[in-house]
Amino acid sequence: MEKLGLDPGVVARARALAAEAGAPVVELARSHTTVSVERAVLRLAGVRGADSDGIPWVNRLVDAVRADVGLGHGVSVPVFAAMAREGIDDVTVLAQKAAAGAVTFGVPAKKVELVAARRAATRAANVGLKVVDRRRVERERLIKRFGDAPRRPWIYLIVATGDIYEDIPQAQAAARAGADVIAVIRSTGQSLLDYVPEGATREGFAGTYATQENFRLMRAALDETSKELGRYVRLTNYASGLCMPEMAAMAGMERLDMMLNDSMYGILFRDINPIRTFVDQRFSRQVHARAGIIINTGEDNYLTTADAVEAAHTVTVSQLMNEFFAHEAGLEDWQLGLGHAFEINPEVPESFRLELAHALLARELFPDAPLKWMPPTKHMTGDVFRGNLLDGFFNLVGALTGQGILLVGMMTEAVVTPWLSDRDIALQNVRYVLNGAGNLHEDFVPAPGGFIQRRAHEVLGEAVELLERIVADSMLTAIADGTFGIMKRPADRGKGLDGVARHDGDYFNPVTNALEGLR
Amino acid sequence: MSIVRPYGDTTGDGMVQVSFTLPVTHDKRAEGAAIQLANKMGLDPAMLVHAKPMGEGFTFFVVYGRVTHLVDTEKVQVVERDYPLLSAKDVNAVIKRKLRRRLSVVGACIGTDAHTVGIDAILNVKGIAGEKGLEYYRELAVTNMGAQVSVPELVETARAQKADAVLVSQVVTQRDAHLQNTRAMTAAFREAMPAGKRPLLIVGGPRFDELMAAELGVDRIFGRGTTPREVASYLVHALLGDQK
Repeated sequence: MEKLGLDPGVVARARALAAEAGAPVVELARSHTTVSVERAVLRLAGVRGADSDGIPWVNRLVDAVRADVGLGHGVSVPVFAAMAREGIDDVTVLAQKAAAGAVTFGVPAKKVELVAARRAATRAANVGLKVVDRRRVERERLIKRFGDAPRRPWIYLIVATGDIYEDIPQAQAAARAGADVIAVIRSTGQSLLDYVPEGATREGFAGTYATQENFRLMRAALDETSKELGRYVRLTNYASGLCMPEMAAMAGMERLDMMLNDSMYGILFRDINPIRTFVDQRFSRQVHARAGIIINTGEDNYLTTADAVEAAHTVTVSQLMNEFFAHEAGLEDWQLGLGHAFEINPEVPESFRLELAHALLARELFPDAPLKWMPPTKHMTGDVFRGNLLDGFFNLVGALTGQGILLVGMMTEAVVTPWLSDRDIALQNVRYVLNGAGNLHEDFVPAPGGFIQRRAHEVLGEAVELLERIVADSMLTAIADGTFGIMKRPADRGKGLDGVARHDGDYFNPVTNALEGLR
Repeated sequence: MSIVRPYGDTTGDGMVQVSFTLPVTHDKRAEGAAIQLANKMGLDPAMLVHAKPMGEGFTFFVVYGRVTHLVDTEKVQVVERDYPLLSAKDVNAVIKRKLRRRLSVVGACIGTDAHTVGIDAILNVKGIAGEKGLEYYRELAVTNMGAQVSVPELVETARAQKADAVLVSQVVTQRDAHLQNTRAMTAAFREAMPAGKRPLLIVGGPRFDELMAAELGVDRIFGRGTTPREVASYLVHALLGDQK
């Protein structure tokens, strides 16, 4: 569309800087593993279930291996060498024995045994990856059979009761009311749990625990509804927090369609260790790439903690970084739901024009990405009447700038979790705008050299400057110094650091090998 | 005049507007049911202005009507601000003169609450509503621990930072989590530190009842719409007595 007259040289420079800033981080991610990466490998290799205290067997097994030989070799070889030695053919049974202290782990000294263990691990991991592949094909088939969402943007609605059995009818009702995408918000505590809860859950705080069984139940329910409605309803959850890699693996195995997965959100907003996050993130994105899952990044969060005008360029920088990390991990443009949000204070003069400029900038920088457009939250005051108006303008910007995924704004944001009527009124708002102005982008061209173009150029310019600083300081230093948001997050602090290990020379991970096309 | 009535467009008309959903399919009977509810709520006459089916078996209503209730403003109970509102400059000056060191403030969202919006609005330099946050005050040493901080971590940090005041924000209120978390927090501080050595304990959040301070064991509760300046002024008032 090219409505902003962006200088291709500046755009190319921004991308080159993002790549330069990101390269050392990728190197870090390639040379480290984490407990959660190893647990994800074991999940794909077939470890299932949890002990009587609800601690998953993958946690027990990784902890046992780690106690004997550390994480630096990866757990796959020690685990599959032990299977051969003990004559066990079910890896969950091995986990149970290991938890009882009946197995010791090591890396075989004999080459034959080492090769055999690697081969067995690769075979087991491939079984899990085949499930992921089958699920991807199944999604494509169902979209063909039921039909796809009737238009862009996809309408994205949230359910969050804490009880999966309450969530299901709510999600089905939301889909019938017009939602193309259902997101099940997680319980607030989950991102900092270093294990994934097991089974169907009926209690949560401001959300529902993400478990493999909950994923399965919701996907099955939405498949029914998709059939009934004649359009495939997508399901979203979160690959974030301390168990990001496992969430990605579970999502792939249960055919979730989109996952929230940001490169820096956990660091900045959850105080998770930066190295842990980058390692986990790379692995999870490789899995998403394989599974055909669309990621949603979290740039909206910058704008809720900082001023949306002053910090506009940090969104652009984060989008560029997210794009770089995503491409590096094998994701394609159609899988990049890069985030941004309508969070400028409505009292600011020309706030709507500024929003338009920022949204259009994102659209033109990433023409092939299905951008995720997030509604106002920070300036929703409890005045539901004004909130509904703001949401209308938010929807209008979405229509005018061709956003791919539109999270439906609720005028009761900051008041209550959405009521049935709130959702209906919010959807009515979306429908009105999309029916009345859905194609307005065909006519809307900002004046050359006018306010919107100038603002977009200004934000891009500031983004380039910030990227230059990040390259000069290094990404980890920039994060440590509070460059993103106001939070300072040094690389040697934060939650989950003790679950990170540098690769030893013989590190082996059959899933990464398969995802990177290695043998 | 302490007796008032709601105001639509004429003094004393008592007009209010309400909206609600009933779990019934939309028909004449449903509309009658909505009027019946409005009547029971004290709207008489009640005017049904909008009824719309929502999903299967639900109808949304908007009702206007006259209420007969009187409100006595003399009988309203609230926590009035009982301290003077100071500028940032004055706050700094009082601390400098009376304390002769920086006043240490530790803030956090405790429990599983991940919403830092409240604590950030009060603490971050950025502040809220055009007012800078406490980090901007030269004489305040602010430690913002962020979200999902455990109570033991908070007590430990308060001790390490020699906190004069601890600010806790709670946004999530599902199953009264904000009340349970606050009680756990105050109990931990009571256990860890003797009365004279405890920092001032303050909680804030949109759903707190400002009258519950004693019951929750905190020194002060701040509700919706509190600004950093109010908190700073309160800190000076409560810890250093009245200035001058």
